[in-house]
Amino acid sequence: MKSKKSILEAKNLQVRRGGVSVLDISYLGVPEGKVLCLIGPNGAGKSSLLLALSCLLKSSQGEIIFREKRVGSNYTVFDYRRNLAMVFQEPLLFDTTVFENVAAGLKIRNVRQDKMKRVVEEYLERFGIGHLAQRAARKLSGGEAQRTSLARAFAIKPEIIFLDEPFSSVDPPTRESLMGDLESILRETRTTGIMATHDQMEALRLSDQMAVINEGKVIQVGSPAEVMNHPVDEFVASFVGIETILSGKVIKRNAGTFSVSVAGRDIEAVGEARPGESVILCIRPENVIVSTGSSKEITSARNVFSSVVKRIIPSGAFYKVELDCGFPLVTYVTNNAREDLSMHEGMDLTAYFKATAIHVIRKKLLPNSGE
Amino acid sequence: MDIIIEGIKQAFILLFTLDPEVIGITWLSLKVSGIATFISLLIGISVGTIIALTQFPGRRIVISLINTGMGLPPVVVGLFVTIFLWRNGPLGFLEILYTPTAIIIAQAIIATPIVMGISLAAIQQLPANLRLQILALGATRLQMVWILVKEARLPLLAAIMAGFGGIISEVGASIMVGGNIKGYTRVLTTATVMETSKGNFDIAMALSIILLLLAFFINAVLTQIQQRERPR
Repeated sequence: MKSKKSILEAKNLQVRRGGVSVLDISYLGVPEGKVLCLIGPNGAGKSSLLLALSCLLKSSQGEIIFREKRVGSNYTVFDYRRNLAMVFQEPLLFDTTVFENVAAGLKIRNVRQDKMKRVVEEYLERFGIGHLAQRAARKLSGGEAQRTSLARAFAIKPEIIFLDEPFSSVDPPTRESLMGDLESILRETRTTGIMATHDQMEALRLSDQMAVINEGKVIQVGSPAEVMNHPVDEFVASFVGIETILSGKVIKRNAGTFSVSVAGRDIEAVGEARPGESVILCIRPENVIVSTGSSKEITSARNVFSSVVKRIIPSGAFYKVELDCGFPLVTYVTNNAREDLSMHEGMDLTAYFKATAIHVIRKKLLPNSGE
Repeated sequence: MDIIIEGIKQAFILLFTLDPEVIGITWLSLKVSGIATFISLLIGISVGTIIALTQFPGRRIVISLINTGMGLPPVVVGLFVTIFLWRNGPLGFLEILYTPTAIIIAQAIIATPIVMGISLAAIQQLPANLRLQILALGATRLQMVWILVKEARLPLLAAIMAGFGGIISEVGASIMVGGNIKGYTRVLTTATVMETSKGNFDIAMALSIILLLLAFFINAVLTQIQQRERPR
């Protein structure tokens, strides 16, 4: 993933703790203006990687390169850090008012009073906490506190924002709205984001790039669809789930459903989405049915596609079958079903799945997204 | 019983007539313990913060020494300060034994470990990632330390109260290094000891009441600040 536009690169980055290697990254590039999600199980080294990339954790070896400047040479760690912001899992607010918290980074930079006030108010509004400005930080709810922490980070207009599981300590409904706000501000300000999460849905929604981390190493880097559909190894496959992940554009809206164009085929899904919007569709293998019948047959399943069997992989009690419908699709069949259909690689099958069986992830639209 | 009632009566007479000797003794006590507390804050908070924020070999031993120091017996401090300041002692050339300066030194030695121990604990109880958060906001090391100290300000107020309270009421070291010289190094506690041994319970009681009031007012003010900080 050696993109020319990497704003941040890590080369041969190693972190050791007590003689044990906790991080060993040969190369990681972060594309400018994009969101990179680091996903992996707890203890995989995601947080360590974030801290090492932000030079908050001393690495025993390796280089961090920010905008083609090597950090730690003429370009000091301190200078580098002034381009960053960090949001941790805990809000880590200062024991003062919400306003003063959001102002903290600006005060550290000795920003003039009037400008500081303007910026703070802007970000308080941006995160919907304007009415809490004079509230004591320790009186906030979990969601409000995390909003304050996000506002504090964005108020310094960082070039890169590091997010370490920012939603894991808030309850699900709050998480949803918080994620929406974060997503739109990331897109609007074109801030480069690096977020650690163990939640693949969160990662799918926010990321342009995904890096799967395990045991302190980067196992795979790629677009969410690449990582989800073409996991490089068993670990990635088991971690990201073996769902079919398709990205497409909404082409038409019907009553309660909408059609999405994926690789030239139209898939019908349930929910609200506007034509032109980019969406990600997740289809679980157990929701896909195959038959030898014709795809002209009328069924209650809204999505019927003729397909070719690409691979049949035994996985314990059942078989995992990879189909090609113009887009990749995965299903599970039992041994009996496989025998009854006399299934073999290369044969034609019809695949069915219901519109209601699709999990839709809406990607925020880029305003003036003419890159 | 008479002795107590007479004592209280006499105490209030001394208080309300602003007896010059009593006022002088009170003022000296305040001055000496105030300066000693101030010195202990400078050393205690800075060293306590540094120890809390750094890792070095033998750190645990240093911390347990500080914690032991929090219970340093004043007479032991008095003894060692006296030896050091004795005419042919290592610091005898300073010629400050039996002066208010000697009392300040002894009291600062008593208060410093108290302030240091509480500061250390106060900074250590802050969330581990808070330091990283502050650095990530673009702070210099100095700014980071300053913000951490501000974050720990409530327990640090407790450090001031504990330090001051410990030395204003201390008698052993003051009498040993100050000598209880009338009008010069006589403070509330040493005067109380002397008047009691002379059987002047009324004066001793007056001095004790002043000492109690003083401790009460100073702690009341600090508590007020500390509790006001707790927002609505």
